[in-house]
Amino acid sequence: MSNKTISTEPKFSSHILYIMRDNPVTALSFVMFGILMVCAIFGPYIVPHDPLVTNTSIALTPPSASHWFGTDNLGRDVFSRVIVATRLDLSISVAAVALSFVIGSLLGASAGYWGGWLDAVLNRILDTIMAFPLFVLAMGIVAALGNTIENIIYATAVINIPFYARLVRAEVNIRRDAGFVQAAKLAGNSDIRILAVHIFPNALPPMMVQISLNLGWAILNAAGLSFIGLGVRPPTPEWGIMVAEGANFVISGEWWLALFPGLWLMFAVFTFNLMGDGLRDLVDPRKRT
Amino acid sequence: MAGRSKATMSRIAQALPVIFGVILVSFLLTRALPGDPAVYFAGQSATAESIQEVREALGLDKSLPQQFIIYLGELFQGDLGNSLSTGQPVLEDLARRLPASLELTLTALILACSIAVPLGVMAANKPNSLQDHLCRIVVTAGVSLPTFFTGILLIYVFYYLLGIAPSPLGRLGFLYLEPPRVTGFYLIDTLLIGDLETFMGALKQLILPAITLALFTMAPIARMTRAAMLSALSSDFIRTAKAAGLTNRTIMYKYAFKNALLPVVTTLGMVFSFMLGANVLVEKVFAWPGIGSYAVDALVASDYAAVQGFVLTMAILFVMLNLIIDISYSFIDPRIGFEAQ
Repeated sequence: MSNKTISTEPKFSSHILYIMRDNPVTALSFVMFGILMVCAIFGPYIVPHDPLVTNTSIALTPPSASHWFGTDNLGRDVFSRVIVATRLDLSISVAAVALSFVIGSLLGASAGYWGGWLDAVLNRILDTIMAFPLFVLAMGIVAALGNTIENIIYATAVINIPFYARLVRAEVNIRRDAGFVQAAKLAGNSDIRILAVHIFPNALPPMMVQISLNLGWAILNAAGLSFIGLGVRPPTPEWGIMVAEGANFVISGEWWLALFPGLWLMFAVFTFNLMGDGLRDLVDPRKRT
Repeated sequence: MAGRSKATMSRIAQALPVIFGVILVSFLLTRALPGDPAVYFAGQSATAESIQEVREALGLDKSLPQQFIIYLGELFQGDLGNSLSTGQPVLEDLARRLPASLELTLTALILACSIAVPLGVMAANKPNSLQDHLCRIVVTAGVSLPTFFTGILLIYVFYYLLGIAPSPLGRLGFLYLEPPRVTGFYLIDTLLIGDLETFMGALKQLILPAITLALFTMAPIARMTRAAMLSALSSDFIRTAKAAGLTNRTIMYKYAFKNALLPVVTTLGMVFSFMLGANVLVEKVFAWPGIGSYAVDALVASDYAAVQGFVLTMAILFVMLNLIIDISYSFIDPRIGFEAQ
């Protein structure tokens, strides 16, 4: 196993380089991803002001040298709040996507491998979830379960499960009678082992693309929920809430309150979307021409 | 032909369990909402007994399965219950507000298509060229914009800075009278009575929310158009057409585009659902009196019946739409069977 990785690695890294040269947009997206990661990990230590400290004497000042993104109605530094919020927003989306990845993979793999009534039931359940406008369903779930960050994660996970389950089901289904699977069966492997070790890894490349696209979507979703007052509560810095709070001041001309969190939110989602496209080029052999 | 109608019937049969599932989920979701409607209906000066009475009157003391059967029965009679906040039957509320949402969504859809389809065709014409990358960046940026943020940005620029947009409050300014209701679409109703001034007023109110929604939905349409055009352009009949010496223009529009249109139309069904979801936020930002903002208000007020009615309406609308698209698709293109699913 280790020999294999060593022998393919140079090839793979040169392939990455090739993709990046061929498509500068993908290279750009990886750089943007790096910036986001730095903000998420080191954000609270590098920001110039405490994101929660209020100081009404400097409330609503426009962007300046000491407050790059200006201050909000309570005199809090918008720049610090925007950067610190990166960690929370990314955590929500990563947790939600991880949860739906695991559950969706388990459901999709078993439905695709064993088929039969399990497959039929799962398909109807997924159809039911997909029948709802997904944001509306997430809204309903958070409202019903209660207004907490965990519930935003669960709601976002639920609405993402169908994408993973369908993808894995399709990938497993076309391979369940493949030659290498029958060989593995003959060699005495159990069903679970064949599924986990021999079939499932084949589904991973398209899943990676899906993960990247879903991360962006999950951030939008979480921010949207916070925007309508579900989920994260003030004064916690979170992009959706900050835009919602800033919206009240836009009409009177204090644009920086809503603009910067919104732009940063867009930057994060944009990064994941671009990266998803890039990853697709990376893993889809039909793109390698 | 017999096979066709059999396939259509089986497709309809497939939708039935989904509709049942949708009803069940929306029932369970709303039962889990915090807040007790019995306490609300009993009023301010309620005692423990009067609350209990109201609870029995509403059937809330029965077991969940019993309640569900009662609910199903009411549903079949078209009764979605009464809204707590407006006091009106939910069905009436939704019916009154639905045209506003549909007008916004359809306008945005037309707007998005008129930009995204040419973009997709342009990108497919020269894959991996500068225009292809540009198209990709533009549509990715569009889908990365949170709708609520785009809306606020547009309001700031066009209302506050430039002053060319009307105040972002609802479907018509205070100066105008609501047109007599025929379709519920202000743009159509005003034209029917020939009131151009109100038509312009409604259009001005509509344009910003429609742009907001359209920006968000351009990406899937442009991507699908590009992919469909690419696969159409690489097929044999295009090679033959090229070999026969037809002009590039004829090949692009007469041969490839026609064939690429079908998958694009199917995607529109998915996009529509996507938009209905995004609608909620856009309506909230622009105070648009559609069913999305109705649902948000109902959620905040824990208004049982209203939320349930909204979720159900949206889901059934979507199931029906997909059903119609699937069935009409099989009529347009006889090669499509349902067996593949």
